[in-house]
Amino acid sequence: MIQAVNISKSFGESEILNDVSLTFEKGKTNLIIGESGSGKTVLMKCLVGLYDVNKGSVEYDSRNISKMSFKEKRKIRKELGMLFQSGALFDSFNVEENVMFPLSMFTKKTYEEKLERVNFCLNRVNLENVNNLLPSELSGGMTKRVAIARAISLNPKYLFCDEPNSGLDPKTADVIDELISEITQEFKITTIINTHDMNSVLNIGDNIAFLYKGKLWWQGNKTEILKTDNNELNDFVFATELTKRLK
Amino acid sequence: MIKNIGRYMILMLETFRKPDKGSVFRKQLMREFKDLGIDSLGIVAIISVFMGAVVAIQTAYNIDSPLIPLSMVGFTTRQSIVLEFSPTIISLILAGKVGSRIASEIGTMRITEQIDALRIMGVNPANYLLLPKITAAMIINPVLIIISIVIGLFGGWLACVITGMVTPTDYIVGLRGWFEAFTIYYALIKTVVFAFIITSVSGYMGYYTKGGSLDVGTSSTKAVVYSSILIILFNLILTQMLLS
Ligand SMILES: Nc1ncnc2c1ncn2[C@@H]1O[C@H](COP(=O)(O)OP(=O)(O)OP(=O)(O)O)[C@@H](O)[C@H]1O
Ligand SMILES: [Mg+2]
Repeated sequence: MIQAVNISKSFGESEILNDVSLTFEKGKTNLIIGESGSGKTVLMKCLVGLYDVNKGSVEYDSRNISKMSFKEKRKIRKELGMLFQSGALFDSFNVEENVMFPLSMFTKKTYEEKLERVNFCLNRVNLENVNNLLPSELSGGMTKRVAIARAISLNPKYLFCDEPNSGLDPKTADVIDELISEITQEFKITTIINTHDMNSVLNIGDNIAFLYKGKLWWQGNKTEILKTDNNELNDFVFATELTKRLK
Repeated sequence: MIKNIGRYMILMLETFRKPDKGSVFRKQLMREFKDLGIDSLGIVAIISVFMGAVVAIQTAYNIDSPLIPLSMVGFTTRQSIVLEFSPTIISLILAGKVGSRIASEIGTMRITEQIDALRIMGVNPANYLLLPKITAAMIINPVLIIISIVIGLFGGWLACVITGMVTPTDYIVGLRGWFEAFTIYYALIKTVVFAFIITSVSGYMGYYTKGGSLDVGTSSTKAVVYSSILIILFNLILTQMLLS
């Protein structure tokens, strides 16, 4: 379980997050939704400690990372995996080396043991025979999947995904959603996903938080989101022809 | 300016820590020896041989008094190459070649969030990315400079043979005369300092890149400009300290 307690974050004069409090539960896919520019990525980077918050705190199972030393933070970081909006694969490494990287850095496994784990993770994201490809040789969907494989290679307790399916075709997007949701339940991970894709919301939204103008505007799950009378949220949810028809 | 110096210091403090994993560090170091050292051999050799030849010809041209023995050409060529041309000129060339490479590599990693990805994993990115490069350059550049000196002296000899302005025997007598080992130490000390400047300044420029691919280009240009200026500046400071 991860808790954000009264988080505020600004860059210079502009306030991006204003007093956001949220609880992300274990074994569930927790979604953060909101328009482009509403601060989803900033919130996620505050949660993982890439940005320091101006006010408030972030707690990982009651461990407050805002107050931690570098060493203590590292311990938590080894328990978390993150999928960046861009994938952020290391482009001088091939797929195998990318997924193996956390294992090489933080375990004493032999090459064979590591390779076994790498292939298990790649298998888990439905990738085969790609070990020797470089990131520049992968398609967008493959990049995201390799990035997921890398994020889960150390068996994380916490998984962060920043727009895991943006820029993908609807089918691949679905596959990735399913995948994240399965992994979450299977390994009892606390998963947090940023998205503005309504498909994902309706598919895997166990616990949804809607950000609007830097504030937490609404919270609920995938069935509640269709029945809400919150105007801003309705504008967001029923922005497309498809969702309008759903109504 | 003050802010940059402060950030640079902090980055260096983060860089000079014990690597997370010895085996990974050694592997990276080997890669950097190749990327920064062996891959630079060609350009170092070409520049050195021409540099040596030009210095020898210019010196011979300037000696027109019959009182000065022609072996002075060998002596002067050696002194110029050891004291200044090899360590400083080659380091400036390397600042261009290696500096832009390091800044763009690390700058690209920054804007594509690869550095954040490292941090998230619990890796210290400065230490992981910069320490192998800085260490490798400080070890391999002196080797490059020694090679450059040897090739430069050979270039001077070649010029003597081809132009006939000085006999090779005179040249060699000059090369071997009045030798002080300290000049070599001086050259190597300069080289090591310059290697640190090139890699750490370029690393710094890349590390704090903000924005997109255009900004990577800017960082890479800045890396070359700033490391060159610092090399020139430290050349003066070190010379003043060591030779006067
Ligand atoms: N490092 C930064 N410095 C200054 N401002 C920033 C920084 N990062 C983000 N912002 C600002 O914060 C706001 C929210 O950005 P953020 O990236 O969190 O949006 P988002 O909700 O993730 O959007 P998208 O769906 O397009 O990814 C934007 O207005 C952006 O300009
Ligand atoms: Mg975003």
